[in-house]
Amino acid sequence: MTALPSTLHNGLSRGWVELLQFVRDKTAMIFTFSFPALLLVLFGTIFGSDYNELGINGAQIFAASMIAYGIVSTSFITMGIGLAVDREDGTLKRLRGTPVTATAYFIGKWIFVAAISLLEVAVLLAIGVWGFDMPLPGDAGSWWTFAWIFVLSVISCTLLGIAASSLVRNARTAGAILNVPVVALQFLSGIFINPITQLPDWMINLASVFPVKWIGQGFRSVFLPDAMVRDEVAGAWELGRVALVLGAWCVVGLVLCLVTFRWTDRRDR
Amino acid sequence: MTAIEVRGLRKAYGGRDAVAGVDLSVAAGEVFALLGPNGAGKTTTVEILEGHRRRDAGDVRVLGIDPGAAGRAWRARIGIVLQTATDAADLTVTEIVRHVGGFYPDPRPAAEVIEMVGLTDKAKSKIRALSGGQRRRVDVALGVVGRPEVLFLDEPTTGFDPEARRQFWDLIRAQAREGTTIVLTTHYLDEAEALADRLAVISAGRIVAEGSPASLGGRATAEATVRWDGHAESTANPAELIVKLHAEGADLSRLTVNRPTLEDTYLTLIGESNRTGETAQNGETR
Repeated sequence: MTALPSTLHNGLSRGWVELLQFVRDKTAMIFTFSFPALLLVLFGTIFGSDYNELGINGAQIFAASMIAYGIVSTSFITMGIGLAVDREDGTLKRLRGTPVTATAYFIGKWIFVAAISLLEVAVLLAIGVWGFDMPLPGDAGSWWTFAWIFVLSVISCTLLGIAASSLVRNARTAGAILNVPVVALQFLSGIFINPITQLPDWMINLASVFPVKWIGQGFRSVFLPDAMVRDEVAGAWELGRVALVLGAWCVVGLVLCLVTFRWTDRRDR
Repeated sequence: MTAIEVRGLRKAYGGRDAVAGVDLSVAAGEVFALLGPNGAGKTTTVEILEGHRRRDAGDVRVLGIDPGAAGRAWRARIGIVLQTATDAADLTVTEIVRHVGGFYPDPRPAAEVIEMVGLTDKAKSKIRALSGGQRRRVDVALGVVGRPEVLFLDEPTTGFDPEARRQFWDLIRAQAREGTTIVLTTHYLDEAEALADRLAVISAGRIVAEGSPASLGGRATAEATVRWDGHAESTANPAELIVKLHAEGADLSRLTVNRPTLEDTYLTLIGESNRTGETAQNGETR
C-alpha cells in the first residue's frame, strides 16, 4: 500500500481550497475584506486635513492603527465565522471521515488567514500611501518589527477566533456576535480614537488586557515617526511588552483551542 | 471474512437509550441494510461504526479495528457518504473530488470517479449550481474516491424523486460489484429490498429481526392468506385449499392469495417491538 499523504501536504491542499472558496464568495470578500478599507477611507477623509505640529495628519495615524483592525477582521472574524460555517455545512464532518487530521485542517486555515491578512494589510497600506501620503519606512529594522508583529497578531487572533467559534451557536449569527467584542475593542484600544490618551483610564486598562491595543501600538511604531511616541499611553512604543502580550495570547488561544475544539457541534455528540 | 463485528453496542443520550444492545455482523463484500423508523437508532449505530461518535458500551470492530480508537490509516480504508452536507458550494465537482482524493494513499482519478457517478457533463460546474440529486452524487463520489473497503451510507436517497433513486441504486450496485462492503441505513423498504443482501430491522435501539429481504421475520415460511367471495383463510398450503374450494363449488371469481409483503412483516416487527419497548420502559419515558 502506498503511504498516506503527509499532514503538511494535506494542510497545503486545504489552504489552497480555502483561498479558492473565499475569493469566489463575494459576501465574504466584501464584508470581511473591504470593511476595514472602507473605514480607513472614511476616517482618513474626515481627519485627513488635521495636521499636528509634527506635520502628521490624522489619516496617516488612522492608516497605521487600522492595520490592527484589518488583521483582527481577517483573522479573528474570518476564523470564528469560518469554523461555525464548516461545522454547520458538513465540511468538518466530511474531513473527519477522511484521513485528514485536525492539524492539517488548521494548517489550511492558517495559510488562508495569513494570505488574506497580508492582502488586507497591503490594501490598507496602499490606501494610506496613495490616498493620504503616508510614508513607508525605509529601514530593514522597521520591516522586521512589522513582520514579527504581523505574525504574532495573526497567530493569536486566529487561535482566539477558533476558541470563540465554540461559543457561536450557528453560522448565521456568527458574524453579528463576533463583531460586537471586536468593534468595542477597536474603540477601547484607540484604533478609532486618536490619540488613545483621550480615553478614560479604566478603558485603557481594560483594553491593555487584550491584543488589539498592542497590535495598534506596534504598527504605529512601524509607520509613524518616532516623535509620535508622545501620543502613546506610556510615552514609549513598548515593543517588548507588545511581544510579551501577543505571545501570551498565542499561548492562551492555543490552550482554549485544545480545550474547546470539536469536530461536530454539541448536539451531535 | 467479517468486515464489521458489533457486540452489545449501547449508547444513551441524557439517560435515554438510543442504542440498547445491538449485535451485528457484516461479511466482507456484503450489502447490508439497517432498516428502521426515524429515531430507532440507525444513525447513531452507523455513526459509531464510522468513528464519528463514541459508544457507551459494547465491542465494535470495523475492518478488525475499533473505530473509537482508529487512526488515519483506518480512515483511509473506509468511505462515508454524507447525507446533508452543503459544503464546498463554491468549488467545482472536479476540484472537490480531486481535493478529497488527495487525502488518500491511492485515490481513483477524479475523472473516473465523476464518470462513475454520472456527472461528467457537470465536472466543471460549481457544486452550488447542482440539483439535489446531483449534489448527493458528488457525496457518493467523495465517499468512494479513496477506494474504500467499507462504504457507509446513511439514508442516502431521502428526498429523491423516483428516477433519481433508481439511478442512485444502480450506482450503489456498481460499487457492490467491485467488492466494496456496503452498509446503508434507510426507512424505505423498497430500497432495502432492492439493494441489500441482508438486512436488520432496528426499533427502539434493538435489532428485532435479521435476514435476507426474502426471509426476514419468517416471511418465506409465513402462512398465506386466501380470500374468496367475502371469506378469508390463512393456510400453509394455499394450493390445497383452493383445490378443495373448487371441488366444493365455491365462487372463486375474485380469488386472491397473499403472502406478507416486506412492509407487512416490517410493520408487524416494529409494532411488536414498540409495544414491548413501551411496557419495558414505562416510568422512564414521559
